Order: sequence, then C-alpha cells, then structure tokens
Amino acid sequence: MTIRHHLSDQLLMSYAAGHLPEAFNLVVATHVSLCDECRAQLASFETVGGALIQTFGSVEMGETALEVALARLEAVPQATQRAPLKAAGILPAPLADYVGGNLANVRWQRIGGGVKQAILPTDNAAMVRLLFIPAGKAVPDHGHRGMELTLVLQGAFADANDRFNRGDVEVAGEDMEHTPVALQGEDCICLAATDAPLRFMSLIPRLAQPFLRI
Amino acid sequence: MPENAAYWAELVIRVRDRQDKAAFAELFRHFAPRVKAFLMKSGAGATLAEECAQDVMATLWQKAHLFDPTRASVATWVFTIARNRRIDALRKSRRAEPEELDWGPEPELDQAEVIVAQQETDLLGRALAQLPEKQRALIERAYFGELSHSEIAAETGLPLGTIKSRIRLALDKLRHHMT
Repeated sequence: MTIRHHLSDQLLMSYAAGHLPEAFNLVVATHVSLCDECRAQLASFETVGGALIQTFGSVEMGETALEVALARLEAVPQATQRAPLKAAGILPAPLADYVGGNLANVRWQRIGGGVKQAILPTDNAAMVRLLFIPAGKAVPDHGHRGMELTLVLQGAFADANDRFNRGDVEVAGEDMEHTPVALQGEDCICLAATDAPLRFMSLIPRLAQPFLRI
Repeated sequence: MPENAAYWAELVIRVRDRQDKAAFAELFRHFAPRVKAFLMKSGAGATLAEECAQDVMATLWQKAHLFDPTRASVATWVFTIARNRRIDALRKSRRAEPEELDWGPEPELDQAEVIVAQQETDLLGRALAQLPEKQRALIERAYFGELSHSEIAAETGLPLGTIKSRIRLALDKLRHHMT
C-alpha cells in the first residue's frame, strides 16, 4: 500500500529542528514510522542541522571541561544495545509507547454518534487524541482555528477533496472546513493533533466543547 | 589527516570499537564548543549550555554503538543528540521518535557509502555558507527555535534532494530484503 498524503516540509523541518509541540511530534514520529519517503526527507533536514553545528561557530568550553568529561567517562560505561520500541498491532512504536501497549489499552470516551476519542497525555502547547469513527459515519462538521494533523491508522476516511488510507496524513489549516466521513467496510481509527480547540459548526457540539475537550 | 567529516567518523568508530579516549578528546575539542554555541543560541544560559554540552559528549561516548557512518555524519548525529538534550533541558517535554528500522546484522562497511554519507554534511555546510545572508539567517532561526512551524519557509535553497534520494534508496533496499 502506498502512502499518498505526506507531511509538509515545514513540519518535517520543524520536527528535525526540535521545535514542534509534543502532540505534533507524536503524529510526525508515527507517520515517519510508516513512511519511508518522509523518513528520508527528515534525515535530509537533520543533515542541515549537522551542517549548522559544523559551520555556525563555537563558544569556548570551561578550562577544565575536557578533564571533567574524561573523568566522567570512567563513571559512564558504554551502553549496550537496548531493545528498540516495538509496534503493537496497528500502532507504530512511538504511539504504542504513548498508549502504553496496544489498542486494547486505549481508554475511549464516547462523544456521540458512535464516535469515540482518547486524549493522550502531552504538554499543553497542543493536543493529540485517538479518534474512532464507525465505518460509514461522519466526524462532526468542524473548522479549524489552528493547524490539525490527522493520520489514519486503520480503515479510511474521505472528505470532499480526497481519500485518506492507513499511513496518510491530512494537514489542515485555518481556512479549511470539512466533514470527513469514515468509509464503509472498516471502522476508522485516526491519530489527530491540533494546536487550537476545534470549532464545531453546529450549536450543540460547540456548547459541549468545553466539557469534552474536542 | 584533514579535519573533514570522514575523519570525525573514523574517530567515533575508534571510540566505539576500542573505547579510545584520545579519539574522544579530539571529538570533544571539536564538537563540545559547537554544541555549546548551538545551545546558547537556542536560549540556554552559558552554564546550562556548558553542562548540556558535557551531557551530549557523554552520550556520544555511551551510544557510539548506535552511530552508523553509512547513514549520517558525526555532525548530524551530534546535532540530533544536542537537539534532544535541549528539548529535555529547556522544554521539559517528551519527544516521540520514529520506530527504529531493523537494518539486520551489520554487513561489512562499504567505504564508498561511508565517504558519500560523510561528505554530504561538508557539501551542505559549503552550500549553506554560499547562501545569501538573509536566507541563511532564516534557516538558522528555524533551527534555533526563533520561528514557529507555520513561519518556517521549507524552501531552503539547499541541495537536499541528493541526500533524500540516497537515503530513500537505502530504505528501498532494506524493504526489499525484508520481503
């Protein structure tokens, strides 16, 4: 299966530089786990970081810095290979790490119409959650105040513009109002991050927003 | 031996294979002041930057076995360690990392591959130096954290395509072996 919807260069560069909110980091790391195209692009942005370290300049270390460092090596044995994090079912390794296991460990919260969410713990700069949308059902109509990243983990969804399968990520900006619908056949599970609360178009969900944190 | 990327890679391999302290000292003299400069420019005070630069160099020693000279230069690897240290120290938040790929048992090092991967950083450094001042400043600000992700202009004017294609090719080869 080929991934057709990728992360933007802005996001990959920002992740390489280490300046994304934690919630976005998780979506980027999860997508890159599934997408060699973005993994390669990320590596090239990390090389820019290497070139900057090499060329930017230097600030002298303290006089005894090297002695301190060498003395410290006595205390720090070289680490042996640790077991890398493993994927768990449809959850790539970084996401399995946040969930603390596999899909069965997710504590879902119902938000109406069969749709469920599970907010994952991150710092407050942005918010990330897992979304469960029953096959054929729509996510409530919403616009965006900030940026929203939606990565498909299982099933597929489509909006007026396009179709998104496992591994595809939708990058939605301010101006976008859309109604994603989970396609028939399989329930859709997504990882979605946003740096501003979603803004629902109908009145009731908007009233419920402060309580549900959606 | 000239101080180029291939040379630094050789020093890290000496650290990895023989716990060579002289090689480490040489890496320290070169990279620690650069890491310190990077961290200060990213908003750390001199004392914190010095401490973190020490940590970064200790990590280089500890994790030398993770360094793969066919995939990245020492400068790039040091950058990623420094970046992660900065996230821990300044922002105190977690950073999710992509799933590691299983590259399988280590094959004989292909020297040609090593040299290509190491030279990329040198070439990129030169390309960076040749950029118009304004454009270079923008890239630096993106990496030092003075721009938010929406302010970043991803069009760098740098020859990143060749690096991406090389890594893409290596990943294709790996996937091919796995299936």
